[in-house]
Amino acid sequence: MKQLLNAKTLLYVISLAAIYGIVQLLISVNIINQYYQVNLVMICINIILAVSLNLVTGFTGQFSLGHAGFMAIGAYISAIITLNMQQEYSFLIGLFAGALVASLVGFLIGIPTLRLRGDYLAIATLGMAEIIRILFLNIDYVGGAAGLTGIPQYTNWPWLFVFTAATIIIISNFIKSSHGRACISIREDEIAAESMGINTTKYKVLAFVIGAFFAGIAGALYSNYFYFIKPDLFNFMKSIDILVIVVLGGMGSITGSVLAAILLALISAYLQSFPELRMVIYALLLIIIMIYRPQGLMGTKEFSLSSLFKKKADKIQ
Amino acid sequence: MPILSVKNLTKSFGGLTAVSNVNMVINQGELVGLIGPNGAGKTTLFNLLTGVYVPSSGTIELDIGNGSKVLNNLKPYKITDCGIARTFQNIRLFKDLTVLDNVRIAMHKNVKYGLASAFFRLPSFFKEETQVHEESLELLKIFKLDSKKNELAKNLPYGEQRRLEIARALATNPSLLLLDEPAAGMNPNETAELTDLIQWIREEFKLTILLIEHDMSLVMKICERIYVLDYGMIIAEGMPDEIKKNKRVIEAYLGEEVSDA
Amino acid sequence: MEQFLQQIINGISLGSIYALIALGYTMVYGIIKLINFAHGDIYMIGAYIGFACTTYLKLGFVESLLIAMVVCALLGFLIEKIAYKPLRNATRIAALITAIGVSLFLEYGTMFIVKADVRTFPKVFTEKNIHITSGLVISNTQIVIIVVTVLLMALLQYIVHFTKAGKAMRAVSTDQDAAQLMGIDVNFTISTTFAIGSALAGAAGVLVGVYYNSIDPLMGMIPGLKAFIAAVFGGIGVIPGAMLGGISLGVIETFVSGYGGSLYKDAAAFAILILILLIKPSGILGKNQREKV
Repeated sequence: MKQLLNAKTLLYVISLAAIYGIVQLLISVNIINQYYQVNLVMICINIILAVSLNLVTGFTGQFSLGHAGFMAIGAYISAIITLNMQQEYSFLIGLFAGALVASLVGFLIGIPTLRLRGDYLAIATLGMAEIIRILFLNIDYVGGAAGLTGIPQYTNWPWLFVFTAATIIIISNFIKSSHGRACISIREDEIAAESMGINTTKYKVLAFVIGAFFAGIAGALYSNYFYFIKPDLFNFMKSIDILVIVVLGGMGSITGSVLAAILLALISAYLQSFPELRMVIYALLLIIIMIYRPQGLMGTKEFSLSSLFKKKADKIQ
Repeated sequence: MPILSVKNLTKSFGGLTAVSNVNMVINQGELVGLIGPNGAGKTTLFNLLTGVYVPSSGTIELDIGNGSKVLNNLKPYKITDCGIARTFQNIRLFKDLTVLDNVRIAMHKNVKYGLASAFFRLPSFFKEETQVHEESLELLKIFKLDSKKNELAKNLPYGEQRRLEIARALATNPSLLLLDEPAAGMNPNETAELTDLIQWIREEFKLTILLIEHDMSLVMKICERIYVLDYGMIIAEGMPDEIKKNKRVIEAYLGEEVSDA
Repeated sequence: MEQFLQQIINGISLGSIYALIALGYTMVYGIIKLINFAHGDIYMIGAYIGFACTTYLKLGFVESLLIAMVVCALLGFLIEKIAYKPLRNATRIAALITAIGVSLFLEYGTMFIVKADVRTFPKVFTEKNIHITSGLVISNTQIVIIVVTVLLMALLQYIVHFTKAGKAMRAVSTDQDAAQLMGIDVNFTISTTFAIGSALAGAAGVLVGVYYNSIDPLMGMIPGLKAFIAAVFGGIGVIPGAMLGGISLGVIETFVSGYGGSLYKDAAAFAILILILLIKPSGILGKNQREKV
């Protein structure tokens, strides 16, 4: 317990409470109105997607282009469950069911494909996600191409906050543990890692499964807010969108993913006023950032309160 | 008492036979050298012993306390679990990670806390992380790298990188240590220090060591026995003095004597 | 039996298109290990150039084809110089993201300029169906596609195996540094590779415009992906592999579609991809690359 209750943890808890409280306040007084709420929801969902993808691609070095597939699974399962169960707790059941199925699929896909390296893995994961999308497209029970509508809107700020914060905290904790270090060593040098006793297959699949789980959560949050989903929402472009956030923020930096998710949502919102040019500018932005700062905003660095403390301590002395 | 027995080990890559019918026995506590010209197959042999390559034929057996285990088709991490650790000919440190992390990662196999502990920072997480941290620092102290624990591995001078690789291998708690050209690129001073270090760690950690090296001063000084490999085959085996005088060995390194025509 | 042969004919003509696009992917991947995501969009631009030539400049088929090829070659050359060259030493992911950026830029840039509506290609030559037997039909367009493809592939083989530039391309894909040390102008060789690959994609675009008659700015996405799958299937980096992969994919897709699975025909391509990656990742004609430890 001693390690948990120190000044740093206290500061984190206070900051979290503050963020929650301030946003809740802004919503209540309608400063964050209906229009801005959509952006808020997208930011949170994108943070969850980006952080979970970063675990797989940034920290473990497995290039996955199929994250949208897991999001789709979470979205559809949650939608089906909440549409068919009227009870209050159906949201949580739907959400966790979606996440669990997504992670199960991640496990099944991961075992055979994570043997592949680099570009090949990217294309295999892309293929898998497309197969998932095409499957949903052809299942009439979930509406086929027309999709599902009328999904109950259970997603609200408290839930978004809880799940976004949980994603960041849990994945951060994982990264800073020995298991997380095992994943990072795979990114650095897979053969050396294996020679140092790390079961690289197990950890690659593990990272993939954890990533899929949280992507499933994000999908559930999505369908239970936007009340309408169709297979095309979870296509290859969506996977690319998530990857772009991760790369822009810095592969290997959770802080970076959070910042980039916020930044890109803002840029996207700003460019809404120029619909035709929006994607063109977005594309140019991508190219320019890749040429001039490929490590993204944060590289592999994280924002940490302890470094702030250290600076203060140095100053006092 | 043999800790490692290699019988008729062969490895072919398509038409090329890199290692051919190698027989080798390493006894507990020995310091054995493996020498031979470049391209002889020494590193390939190491790769076979550590599971990076799968043998084409032959067996590799390791004594793991209660009987011996055949290592042939095991994955590298399982072989490390059995107690074999190695360093690499071309340094394979985790370059963008800190010195401390390089060692901590090698300690992972002995960490017992599970995912739930990792996700939710349960007490076992704190307890074992502190342990790993302390043990890693101890090890770094022995290798005089503790002052650089937060330095990125790639920023270390070459000699220290090689030392770090050995430290990292030791962090896996091996009984057999394979060193692949540990003195490569070192000047005579550094090599002398390394020689002392290798002998010291053998005593201190009760290791058996198999060592590939080109630097003969090191080999002749500390190796109790030497195997000589050429074109994938063992061409000689014995004590350093015997090997020095062995005609075939000299030919392998220097070529045949030219007869007066 | 006749239906079977008909599917084969349709499959080969579809596969020829895939093969032309796949060639560009495989050549570029072979030489700089980059999956050029924007390649499918160059095919799209080829289609639009062909459209512009036939509709506005009232040019004939052959002229439009040649102009489209030249413009696309130039476009490929420019893209490489501006977007990919600076990233030659960056990580693979950085280069891939840039390629994605270029792809988006081409798609939405075209959409911005010509609007997203589907355009119809004018009839470049009168459709004539040749009846081989009473049930077996091959249209003159299909013949044109197959003939043009075969000619271009033969030309490519000639360039790669019998010219100095081709030798340079093969050298650079084997070992860039060694090639440079042997006096080969690596930059020029890479540019040439891009130009040739893009020209082939442009040709495919015009052929598709003529055959299917409709074009739109996003038409490059799915065929681009499928052509890439074809290249991987045949062996990425291996030129005959792209040809084999393209034709195979076209035939397989036609059969899946023809025998009732038209909804799943796209999935067929991905299923093939997964299978080949699991069984033989280097592709049918590819060679196994070992990492030296």
